[in-house]
Amino acid sequence: MTKDIPRPQRERLASGLSFERPIKELESQLTELQALALRTRLDISSEISAIQNRLQAVTEETYRNIGAWETVNVARHTDRPAAMDMIAALDEFIELHGDKAFADDKAIVTGLATLKERRFMLVAHRKGRTTKERLACNFGCAHPEGYRKALRKMKLAERMGLPIVCWINTPGAYPGIGAEERGQAAAIAENIMAMCSLKVPVLVIVIGEGGSGGALGIGVGDRVLMMEYAYYSVISPEGCAAILWKDGDRTSDAAESLKLTSKDLLKLGVIDGVIPEPPGGAHRAPQLAIDEVQRTILRELRGFDGLKPEELVARRRERYRHMAAIPGRFPSV
Amino acid sequence: MADEKQNNPGEGDAGLDKLGESRFRLRKKKEVPTGLWLKCEGCGQMIYRKELEERMRTCPACEFHFTLPGRERIVLVIDEGSWQEHFQDIVSIDRLDFDEGIPYAQKIQRAVERSKQKEALICGLGTIHGRPVVLAVLDFTFMGGSMGEVVGEKIALAAELAGKLGRPLVMFTGSGGARMHEGILSLMQMAKTCAALAQYQEAGGFSICVLTHPTTGGVTASFASVCDITLAEPGALIGFAGPRVIASTIKQELPPGFQRAEFLLEKGQVDRIVRRAEMKDTLAKLLDYARGPVLEVPPAPAN
Repeated sequence: MTKDIPRPQRERLASGLSFERPIKELESQLTELQALALRTRLDISSEISAIQNRLQAVTEETYRNIGAWETVNVARHTDRPAAMDMIAALDEFIELHGDKAFADDKAIVTGLATLKERRFMLVAHRKGRTTKERLACNFGCAHPEGYRKALRKMKLAERMGLPIVCWINTPGAYPGIGAEERGQAAAIAENIMAMCSLKVPVLVIVIGEGGSGGALGIGVGDRVLMMEYAYYSVISPEGCAAILWKDGDRTSDAAESLKLTSKDLLKLGVIDGVIPEPPGGAHRAPQLAIDEVQRTILRELRGFDGLKPEELVARRRERYRHMAAIPGRFPSV
Repeated sequence: MADEKQNNPGEGDAGLDKLGESRFRLRKKKEVPTGLWLKCEGCGQMIYRKELEERMRTCPACEFHFTLPGRERIVLVIDEGSWQEHFQDIVSIDRLDFDEGIPYAQKIQRAVERSKQKEALICGLGTIHGRPVVLAVLDFTFMGGSMGEVVGEKIALAAELAGKLGRPLVMFTGSGGARMHEGILSLMQMAKTCAALAQYQEAGGFSICVLTHPTTGGVTASFASVCDITLAEPGALIGFAGPRVIASTIKQELPPGFQRAEFLLEKGQVDRIVRRAEMKDTLAKLLDYARGPVLEVPPAPAN
């Protein structure tokens, strides 16, 4: 919804990446020097390697101290590898469209996928890269038909005995008139409920934005992982700041307070693991990031081998029933 | 999620008065000297508070069903003397050190002191015209009925209790959605409640959820929408996103009646709209249908 965002807010959004300025400066110095070396055939290799070392150190340092609000902005970075980039890197992908009731929501892409020796059903939020694609995908904000399409394909996977892999990357489910008319809340609720009972393994990876109910609508799994600089939250920092602080400028405070980074979620026990990103974030080296995600998927899918369907369902329900609870805090029936 | 803070303090407080919270009433009366009258949210007419209370908090002019405090709801649907509350001592804790100017821990404490209950969800056993049920009421007057860990846990416990006792589960919701102060933990309650309900339904449990004014966000998008029968009170605002969020997203005025119970009925999203005055009788009749195809006592033959 970038186009709808008023100017001051857009500037704020941009400033969320201002922490990268020292990196950017070194990167452009490096590019200039490399161009100079090519043009003039001067031997400046020692200068170049000095800058490269400095760049590496600064990048690592900057990302080691990255704050929650900066993380949110990295997760939203337009160069960050998203569903379609990751799909392009699969060995095969056969898209299956539509909820067979209302429409084919492009904000969620579903289909049969192959990676190395593994077949699975892929369900992923799609944001689009070009302006045209972004509009078609509604910036990754799905309508009820998107959630119903996801459910249909997950049920199909269950029938076919295929594991399900979900990639979460959405600012949130779409808040609009049509979405409400067609039961946005019910569609998400039905997905959550049905995913608690799927008899095949479900692997969930938050690859960018984990926007609230819109994320959870395809996010109930046996294993839930997050990419290092992804975020997952009950509400956007902007929404939280506007409601609780009554001040849209307090997004950074809201982001910190919400504990929405991969590190926070791992500590709380909400996710099972973090997929490391290349130094400086996935947007700096998309291919490296995609490789790491693929390695993780293969490892996780192999880890499901031999689990019985009943065992899977019982464990998944148990996991969510006592999700992140402090032992002994609640009574039992 | 909990994007609409439609708290209606004057209105919620009156409910406590009725339950004899005298200390509270004295303090509140000083603060709100004009509390004798209030404006109807539905038609804008001024209503005499006492009259509203006598009419189960429905507007005498337009029948608008005001938010009903949890305790009053129990009095309305549960047979006198049959109510037995469970899990009433579970309190919320501030696991994230959430501070919006007021620390969350302090906010909870204030809400507890104000309402004389420990959390937004009240759950227990009772009978509805003699039919035993487990009842869970999400009380909008306690922090906007927002769902944090305790509310989620109590919904799950209610489903488990109903499963164990072989009773139907009846729920009433009034909520702004997930409780932001508990961050991702509150979002996870959506899955927790659904996991417990999945288990309950699979074992043959029967559930009814009544959506009351207002029910939005993570509550609508989880347990409130997956029960066997979904009822709504007239005029109740029900939705995923709050109307203000939608209006600011689409930059358009919303159509009249949008997200009201009647709108949802027309769009096929709820099974029935039931007036508050008929709620208890309707619930009893619906519960009977879950007892099997043969009537225990056949109707008397018509003369």
